[in-house]
Amino acid sequence: MSQLYVLRSEEIAARMMAGEMMIMSPRDSTLFSLNKVGTVIWNAADGQMPLDEIVQQKVCARFEIDLTEAFKDAESFVRELAEHGLLALSDQPIEAAQQSVQANAADEALR
Amino acid sequence: MSGLLAELSQRALDLGVPMSVQLDVTYRCNERCVHCYLDHDDHGEMTTAEICGVLDQLAEAGVFFLTLSGGEVLMRMDFFQILEHARKLLFDVKIKTNAFMIREKEADRMRKLGVEAVQVSIYSHRPEVHDAITKLPGSLKRSIAGIRFLQSRGLKVTIANVLMSQNLGDYAGVKALARELGAHFTIDPTITPKMDGDRSIVGLGIGGADLKDVFRNPELVGDVEEFCAPPVRVDEDVLDELPCSAGHTACYISPYGDVYPCVQFPLPSGNVRKQKFLDIWQNSEQLNEVRSIRARDLPVCSGCGHVGSCTRCPGLAFMEGNMRGPSTQDCEKSFARTGMVTANMIRKASLAGLGLVQISSVAGRLS
Repeated sequence: MSQLYVLRSEEIAARMMAGEMMIMSPRDSTLFSLNKVGTVIWNAADGQMPLDEIVQQKVCARFEIDLTEAFKDAESFVRELAEHGLLALSDQPIEAAQQSVQANAADEALR
Repeated sequence: MSGLLAELSQRALDLGVPMSVQLDVTYRCNERCVHCYLDHDDHGEMTTAEICGVLDQLAEAGVFFLTLSGGEVLMRMDFFQILEHARKLLFDVKIKTNAFMIREKEADRMRKLGVEAVQVSIYSHRPEVHDAITKLPGSLKRSIAGIRFLQSRGLKVTIANVLMSQNLGDYAGVKALARELGAHFTIDPTITPKMDGDRSIVGLGIGGADLKDVFRNPELVGDVEEFCAPPVRVDEDVLDELPCSAGHTACYISPYGDVYPCVQFPLPSGNVRKQKFLDIWQNSEQLNEVRSIRARDLPVCSGCGHVGSCTRCPGLAFMEGNMRGPSTQDCEKSFARTGMVTANMIRKASLAGLGLVQISSVAGRLS
């Protein structure tokens, strides 16, 4: 099985409230609220740590959840967020800087 | 409001989290709208570093929805620095602008920085009317061009149409323009008194008969029967309701760092140049007073049959002299919607020696 890497989109708006993450997709103004497990996965989605490690090291270490079940749920969770453009998925590590480079280039053009 | 947003707003209220803040980055403006409530001189705006510091504090306090407004936001040369910092902090950012200075580069930048929506004020589809209100020749043409740049980048644009006697006949034209541009459209018949208390501009607003026509136009309000429905029955739950989100889950910060409950509620509650935002939010005597008020505490409105469905703005009431008092503009709206006089209208008529009776209140007591 190939590994799955997940990276938070830089286009979204997000804020933590009482341990749960609120996320707004500016693409379609859809608001999401992640539960505590979803928030842990979201916070760990740096494009570098594969999803199975996130589940093992961050989720199962903190919540009493069966590893196989947790990975299945986590995969379905990240695929749903990816459909809304909130996460990028890849079978390779993803560089977070890619989106910033584009934004910085636009900044330079305006200066 | 969506179910999830309502749920999150309730959670924010329970936790005392300021979920929404409007930050006016400047009061300077390239337009001089006849109805504007601001003084456009710069009396010492916050610097870039001060504003970015305030944004850091707002993020830490849990603010999620951030509206950047003015004045005209693009009068600040550092606006994109401020916007970039706000987006790095992951605020959901909305911008209010007249779009006059938005060209390709500005629209590109807003899109790339992930701005959620942009609101642009358009007063008429006719240049001679719009430009007479903004007192800036060519402003309609430039604002429309700005909207087109924003739309072409996929940004969501809302055209806000403030209704005054000067442009009352043009709302259908503005709505058609919004449709043509692919923008959302809202109307607002409220003219806010000037920040210094001067109420002279309120007279620019539309009168009761015109308001009634507007409220009975399905093109503008949707379901007229629902919009103009009789007031809801007053019970204990209604009397326990909060007036609005001002000071509860929302507040306003001026370009000078003054914190108010809302842009339309200029009750000085602290200044972020002198105090941490969270300290003001949690401990301001003024904000805590605003938070303590329930419908039952309003001496005139608690006895009014409209109290459960009135749009009473505590800020407009404050500007009339008493934050617990009625807001005459909202009384007029309630009357225009339902045809039922308000307790405030009865009180004023009584003071003037006239005798008005609030029919449904009498009926309520008899049943």
